[in-house]
Amino acid sequence: MDWDWLTSNRALITDLLTQHVYLALVPVALGLALALPIGFLTARFARLYPPMLAASAVLYSIPSIALFIVFPGILGTQILDPINIVVALTIYAGALLVRSVADGLRSVSDQVRQSATAVGYERWRRVLKIELPIALPFIFAGLRFVTVANISMVSVGALIGIGGLGQLFTDGFQRSFFTPIIVGMVLSVLLALCADIAIVTTQRFLTPWTRAGRTT
Amino acid sequence: MNRSIQLVGAVVIEFENVTKRYPDGTVAVSDLNLTAPAGKITVLVGPSGCGKTTSLRMINRSIELTSGRISVDGDDIMSVGAVQLRRGIGYVIQHGGLFPHQTVLDNIATVPVLLGWGKKKARSRAYELLERVGLPSAFAKRYPAQLSGGQQQRVGVARALAADPPIMLMDEPFSAVDPIVRAGLQDEFLRLQQDIGKTIVLVTHDIDEAIKLGDNIAVFRTGGHLAQVDPPARLLAHPADDFVEGLVGKDRGYRVLSFVPIGDLPAHPVPTVTVGASMADARQAAGDEQWLLVLDADRRPIGWFDTTQPDVTSVEQRALRTVGTTFGGESSMRAALDGALGSPSGQAIRVDGSGAFVGAVSAVEIARHVASLGNVAVGA
Ligand SMILES: Nc1ncnc2c1ncn2[C@@H]1O[C@H](COP(=O)(O)OP(=O)(O)OP(=O)(O)O)[C@@H](O)[C@H]1O
Ligand SMILES: [Mg+2]
Repeated sequence: MDWDWLTSNRALITDLLTQHVYLALVPVALGLALALPIGFLTARFARLYPPMLAASAVLYSIPSIALFIVFPGILGTQILDPINIVVALTIYAGALLVRSVADGLRSVSDQVRQSATAVGYERWRRVLKIELPIALPFIFAGLRFVTVANISMVSVGALIGIGGLGQLFTDGFQRSFFTPIIVGMVLSVLLALCADIAIVTTQRFLTPWTRAGRTT
Repeated sequence: MNRSIQLVGAVVIEFENVTKRYPDGTVAVSDLNLTAPAGKITVLVGPSGCGKTTSLRMINRSIELTSGRISVDGDDIMSVGAVQLRRGIGYVIQHGGLFPHQTVLDNIATVPVLLGWGKKKARSRAYELLERVGLPSAFAKRYPAQLSGGQQQRVGVARALAADPPIMLMDEPFSAVDPIVRAGLQDEFLRLQQDIGKTIVLVTHDIDEAIKLGDNIAVFRTGGHLAQVDPPARLLAHPADDFVEGLVGKDRGYRVLSFVPIGDLPAHPVPTVTVGASMADARQAAGDEQWLLVLDADRRPIGWFDTTQPDVTSVEQRALRTVGTTFGGESSMRAALDGALGSPSGQAIRVDGSGAFVGAVSAVEIARHVASLGNVAVGA
């Protein structure tokens, strides 16, 4: 472990960490934004659900490196453009989150939906105030998984030159110099841990009923 | 069975030639004509799939009718927006249909909030209703999963009543709780209705519940046809056809007694003794009789004493058998019969307004008396 390398490369490490956070989390946000309407539609129209499951599985099974390399061709972007990574990871995140959203909404019982309508909720208000909150535990489970997966997948981007902390791996590997590899590993594990804690904390705050133990 | 009627705010619901055909062709309700009188409980009863829920849910337009007309207080329900209509109609289903992610308080405050009452007013109203349905205010912060089935049911009723709608629709509201809790909820519900006098339409498949709760009972047969609409006493006494007779059951003759007033059912004297008397006094009072009725200082019956039991030296509390149900001038024949059948001596005890002993009557005497009354007894 070469501590001098660490101090002299503080700026670089900070940059890579920032890039890593950006590359990992922006796709989660975009994926969720896509998954909400699509998940809503697949939950509402039962016929769309099986094809959605199949599409989700297929998308998720494409190796990430293939997407990273294919996108410049499709999107007309530079091979070194971070957009490629963002788009690829958005697809993964969206593919998984669509299931979480649909499963969450499908978990709302008929009785709850029926009584929400009967007490006089308009449809959109029912979705926002009743169905979506009840779906939250499912959505958060998806978010936790997707976020951690993205944080680890960003590093793969280093193979094509943009990968946040992953670049520390390629750099250290090429030079047979272990310090950057260790720093990269520690930071990405810490990042995943922090992100997970942040999500769980938000979830505890937003879904207090899931923790209310039965007393009767 | 006299329920006070408050016409204030109570409205009548009318079905006129209402038919519901589902998209797959199923005719769930056909040509239904039915009136749910203002301030009364109308019970829809019948076998599974006969169209009870469909009929109920057409009232708040959760299900759109195919043809015919439903009116509330004379106004066609199609003349108001569905959402508006629903906010003026309380709705209760099994388990209360509570929102699992909201506290009890928020659940109850649902309609006031939707109506834009303002948070403070909605909350204080919700607390009021929590008390009204007999739940401690400490429950306000709980979630539905933290309540028992019966408690959830009460919260469901509280939510339905929160905005004080003139109408309440209830779909098998008590069927998800065990029989003992159910009986308690039903009694409470009747007491509540006595105060609030809502127009209530209640669906059940349990004829006993229908008879207990209904001011009027609409019996449906499969295919959504009405077989009979009548008050419970009349339904029991004069079933319209074999179908209704089968539904009300073989013991309808016994059940109809719930609706026969005591009237001048004659009671006879029985030997009595005051609690604490000696064995000698007891034997003397009893004469040839095996059973002696034991009274307290105020002449209220407290138990039967078996004069033939050994090893007893005085008429003491622990040597007594229960008197069972006593009855008074306000009771029904059924209470008297239940009392007689449940009593160790075979005699039901009649008491006066203060609970003091008046006389006794046996099951055979009750049966003879009822037979002498004929059908007029039912008064329907
Ligand atoms: N959405 C629907 N589409 C097609 N048929 C339906 C639909 N809902 C109900 N039905 C049919 O309409 C008939 C009446 O149903 P409904 O739910 O009103 O019966 P019910 O009397 O409430 O029965 P239960 O006591 O079992 O609740 C049944 O034959 C049922 O299968
Ligand atoms: Mg039903």
